[in-house]
Amino acid sequence: MHELGERYLRKSALPTLFCPGCGDGTILNAMVRVVDKLGIKNFNFVSGIGCSGWIPVFINADVLHALHGRAIPVAMGLKLTQQDKHVVVFTGDGDCLGIGGNHFIHAARRNLDITVVMVNNYIYGMTGGQTAPTTPEKARTKTAPYGNVEPPFDATKLAIAAGATYVARHTTAYPQQLKVGLEEAVLHKGFSFLEVMTQCPTQAGRIIYGSGEPTFLFSELKKRTLLGKQQATNSTQFSIGVLHYDKEKLPYQPVCEGGIE
Amino acid sequence: MMKIVFDEAFCKGCNLCIEVCPKQVLSKGSKRSLKGYQMPDADAAKCVVCRNCEAVCPEFAISVCEEG
Amino acid sequence: MSSHDNNIRIIHGNEACVEGAIVAGCRFFAGYPITPASEVAEMMASRLPQVKGIFLQMEDELASVNALIGAAWGGAKAMTATSGPGFSLMQEGIGYAVESETPCVILNVMRGGPSTGQPTLSSQQDVYQARYGSHGDYELIVLAPSSAQEALDLTIRAFNLAEQFLVPVIVLTDEIVAHTRERVAIPEFPQIVNRKKPQAGEKYIPFEGSKDNNGIPLRANFGEGHNILVDGQLHDGYGNRVGHLPGKSADLVKRLCDKITKNVDLITDIEMRNVEDAEVIVVTYGSTSRPALRAMKEARELGLKVGWVKMKTLFPFPEKELRKLAKSAKTFIVPEMNLGKIVLEVDRVTKKRVVSLPKIGGELHTPDEVLRVIKEECQNA
Repeated sequence: MHELGERYLRKSALPTLFCPGCGDGTILNAMVRVVDKLGIKNFNFVSGIGCSGWIPVFINADVLHALHGRAIPVAMGLKLTQQDKHVVVFTGDGDCLGIGGNHFIHAARRNLDITVVMVNNYIYGMTGGQTAPTTPEKARTKTAPYGNVEPPFDATKLAIAAGATYVARHTTAYPQQLKVGLEEAVLHKGFSFLEVMTQCPTQAGRIIYGSGEPTFLFSELKKRTLLGKQQATNSTQFSIGVLHYDKEKLPYQPVCEGGIE
Repeated sequence: MMKIVFDEAFCKGCNLCIEVCPKQVLSKGSKRSLKGYQMPDADAAKCVVCRNCEAVCPEFAISVCEEG
Repeated sequence: MSSHDNNIRIIHGNEACVEGAIVAGCRFFAGYPITPASEVAEMMASRLPQVKGIFLQMEDELASVNALIGAAWGGAKAMTATSGPGFSLMQEGIGYAVESETPCVILNVMRGGPSTGQPTLSSQQDVYQARYGSHGDYELIVLAPSSAQEALDLTIRAFNLAEQFLVPVIVLTDEIVAHTRERVAIPEFPQIVNRKKPQAGEKYIPFEGSKDNNGIPLRANFGEGHNILVDGQLHDGYGNRVGHLPGKSADLVKRLCDKITKNVDLITDIEMRNVEDAEVIVVTYGSTSRPALRAMKEARELGLKVGWVKMKTLFPFPEKELRKLAKSAKTFIVPEMNLGKIVLEVDRVTKKRVVSLPKIGGELHTPDEVLRVIKEECQNA
């Protein structure tokens, strides 16, 4: 195993339960690199339910695998009682924008100093491939056999509107950039939201895109990525990098003795 | 001179490492992992140590090391 | 209470819960406004910053109960307060706290239900929900204060039990206890229990029962170097999932339940008066214990052999104590502000004649209403 895996993974939990070629593993990889740089003792991890919820479980650190949609309020309780630690939340597009949507917008509004990594695979993967809040319109899923009739969210726009002070998008198709963006998100003092466009070969791949081959969906994501100043020519494309960065706004602080300082 | 090591306990034969390599160092191999996945082959002489493969691997199953 | 107690105040049950929580060491509250519990949040908002604690008004009750879970693993003694509709929302979180052995206190100030029901009137309709509201096989602890003083005392006890048993504890008051102002003595230094920590250097398995701790795991918090994995899915001693393994799954559920049921003697808190020679016993909890006490006294003055029991722990249900009473008493009367719930437990356990005295609509039984039934039962016996 790669030495970073040897050093930082929770051996008793291995092998990972990720499908071959799952982007979650690449995100885990990026997180481990960030942890190696910043020091693992400085982290608390929380995750929701779904394949993405398993990402931090494989890290040998303090990890709370919470209820579906509720990782963010758990993270709030943990962050405010252990303020010296970076709290990183791993959540999926369904976990964050569906059932967890309310907690997501309020944490962003408060500018709570946590990092939310939302793994966007366009589908509910763990449960077998049902429609998610990010599933493209007209896509066929297990619960949209005639095609999805709902438009998807743009999570980054939602995050910015709700008050998040660091909003970025990356993709597992560009893993080196992903690691850099993740580190920046963690170090930002305030609510950091990182959407990661991720391949799910088994569900999204087979059900929406017609192929369960990991490299197929991976290269599809790569094609859709707009780099630098490239402009979109269709709605499937997405830009990566920092989309919003407010360094001035102070992060959430609970009322202290004697009132707000 | 680099060598590329695959962990036969953890490689799932997803081929993403092959996909991200800019120098065609990696290709589909014939060796099977302990769980039966088809593992890649490596022509380490062409490797420029960009470590894209290490960064993308979902299972920490690939290592680019110094020979010897 | 010791002679050192010097803080006597006239406060209502809601405020007494707040003061009890604070002296018990509560330093984290996350809640959402709901009648008739809102005063708890309001008073926590002003009291907690005074003791360097954290008060949060969350966006809903789902966020509140989950924030408690995060705070508890961050090391805090954490509490929330709600009523029926919010309590319903919290059930999934309560189940998570049970399964993950997260200590916390949830105050449910019962009001009339079902649904939005009667926001400003009282009931005892949630007693079974407090015990069985979440899904799955599980045990937890439910306490039932009957006065403002008990609201304070049992809140302190709730925190101690939560720390001792690593379980969420439900404090079940009702609108009457919550809003009735009474004399309350606030102890300065009550007995406090803290979660038992593993020894430095010793091997620590986070979710394995410890022989030194009544089969309850030792507890290290996050940030203490133990790399703990907390999971809602059934797990082994290290937190790794075993949900796909029938034997290991059953082992965990059993351990979590045994933790409470095998230690019931350490948990049960029950008050009894005049039961030694009683033929008829009134079994009560919460607000109804008070008119029932008056009725019992009046019955005794009439020469009737009547006893009175007040259960301060509702669950685990005090079966041993009731079975003992059933050896001599012939009839049990259970007055409740619901259509008859705890009476089913009394019936199941005593197997004697058990009479339900239900009252719904929001009003408490009068002593006369209870006395009438006592007289009837004494005549028929």
